Amino acid sequence: MNFWERILALDRRWVYVGIALAVILPITLGLEMTLGTTSPPTQDFYDAVEALKPGAPVLIAFDYGPSSMPELDPQAKAIVRHCLSRKLRIICVALWPTGTALARDVLSSVGEDMGAVDGEDYVNLGFKAGSVAVILGLGEDISDVYPQDAEGRKTSGLAVMKGVKSYADVPLMVDLAAGNSPFGWISYAHERYHQKVAAGITAVMATDLYPYLQTGQLVGLVNGLKGAAEYEDLIHHHGMGVRGMSAQSIAHLWIIFLVIVGNIAYFAMRRASRE
Amino acid sequence: MPEAEVVTFFGLSTEIIGVWIAACLTLAIFSFLYRDNPIYKLAEHIFVGISAGYGVVIVYQESVKPDLVNPLLHPAEVGLAHPNYLVLIPGALGLLMFSRFFRRYDWLSRWPIAFVMGLYSGAAIPATIQAQFIEQLRGTMQPLLPGLVDISVWTAFSNLLLVVGVLCTLGYFYFSRPHRGALGAASRVGIFFLMVAFGAGFGNTVMARISLLIGRVQFLYFDWWGPYVYGPIHALFQHVGGG
Repeated sequence: MNFWERILALDRRWVYVGIALAVILPITLGLEMTLGTTSPPTQDFYDAVEALKPGAPVLIAFDYGPSSMPELDPQAKAIVRHCLSRKLRIICVALWPTGTALARDVLSSVGEDMGAVDGEDYVNLGFKAGSVAVILGLGEDISDVYPQDAEGRKTSGLAVMKGVKSYADVPLMVDLAAGNSPFGWISYAHERYHQKVAAGITAVMATDLYPYLQTGQLVGLVNGLKGAAEYEDLIHHHGMGVRGMSAQSIAHLWIIFLVIVGNIAYFAMRRASRE
Repeated sequence: MPEAEVVTFFGLSTEIIGVWIAACLTLAIFSFLYRDNPIYKLAEHIFVGISAGYGVVIVYQESVKPDLVNPLLHPAEVGLAHPNYLVLIPGALGLLMFSRFFRRYDWLSRWPIAFVMGLYSGAAIPATIQAQFIEQLRGTMQPLLPGLVDISVWTAFSNLLLVVGVLCTLGYFYFSRPHRGALGAASRVGIFFLMVAFGAGFGNTVMARISLLIGRVQFLYFDWWGPYVYGPIHALFQHVGGG
C-alpha cells in the first residue's frame, strides 16, 4: 500500500481527532483572532437597528431550538444588547415551542446586564402554534394573538406594548431562525403588511436567503457564528461569537487541508490506475 | 421577569445537577464518533423523549390552555365576561385529528386536514407567488449597461453575471429539447454556476456544523469543566497542600 492509498484508507476517526484538537485547543488556550471586515449583510442589519428612533418597538421572533443555540444565542444576545442600548422596546414572540425558554434566558441575562425592566423595556410573549396564522394575526392585532405574555400578564396592560397594535406600529421585525420561518415572515409579514424584516440565521440557511437580500425583502442578514462575531464587534461587546471564531478558523483550515490532500490522493490514485 | 427561585435537591442546586446531566449527555452523544454504543443510544432516546414531552407541555400551556381551555372554563383569566363557546369549533376540529387512532372513524380526520389545507393554500399561494416568484423575477431584471443608467462598471458586470447565471441555470433544467448547440453550451455554463452555489452551500454547512461543536466545547469547558471539575479539584489540592 503506497502513501496515497494509505491516505484514502485513513480511519475517519483521525479526522475527528484533528477537528476536536482544532476546536478544543483555541478555546482552552483563549486564542482570539481579529475578524477583519464586517460583511455587508451584517452591516445592513446593524444599520437598520441604528436607524430606529429611541423608544421604537422591535419585534424579535425566537424561531429556533437548543440544537441551534451555539449559532443563534450569540446573535440573539448581541442584537438584544444593541436594541436595549439604543433604548428600543423589544417584543419577543416564538413560532417554535422551544423559543419561549430561549427568549426568556436571553432577555433575562442581557436585560439584567443592561438594567432593563421586564414589561417596560422588553416582553416575552412566548410561543403560539400556527406559524402562518400567527404571522398574519400579528398584522391585525398583537393582543388578539397574544392576550397574555409568557408570564401570564395581560399584554395590553404592559408599558412596553403602549401604542403597539400591529406591524403598522413596529418599524423592524427580526427573525432568529433555524428553520424555514424567514420565508414565512417574508411572504406574509413583508409582502402583505410591508413589514421590514431582518434575519439572524444558522449558516446552513445562508445561501437560501441571500436572494432575498438582493431584492430588499430582507433588510439585513446575520449569518451563523461568524455573523454573531461581526455583530458583537460592531457593538463593541465581545462574547461567545468572537471567542468561537478562532476555533472556527483553525477548524476550517484543517478541513481545507483535508479537502486538498483528499483530492490529490484521489487524482494520484486515478493516474496510477490508468498507468 | 419574576426572580427564579433556586431549587435544591439533596443539598445540590438543580443548576449544578443540570450542568452535570448536560455534560454527561453531551459526552455520551460524542461517544458515537468512536462507534455506536449503548450509552449513545440511551442519550439519543432520552433526547427524543424529552423533546416530545417538552413540546406537548409547551403547546398545551401556551396554546391549548389560553386559546381553548381558559375561554371555556376560566373566561375571567383571558379577560372575558362569559365563556366563549365559539372556540368549541376549532377545538372539535382538533379533536377529530385523534380519530386516526380508530380505524373505523379515521375518515373524520380528513375534515380538519381539509380545513387546514384550504386555509393555508388560500393564504400561501398568493403570498408565495408574490414573495418567491414575482419579487425574485424583479430582482433579476437589472440594468446591464453603465451608460444608460447611473451604475458603476463593476455593478453592471455584477448584474450581467447574475442574469447570465439565472438564464444558464434555467437552461440546464430545461429538458424539453436535447442539450446541444446554444442550449448545450448554456447548460454547461449553468452547471458551473450550480457548482459555485453547491460550494457556497457546503462551506456554510461546514461552518454551521463546526459552530455547533464549538458551542458544545465552550459549554463543556466554561460551564462544566472549569467550575465543577477542575475548580473543585484545584481547590482541594490547594487546601491539602496548604494544610
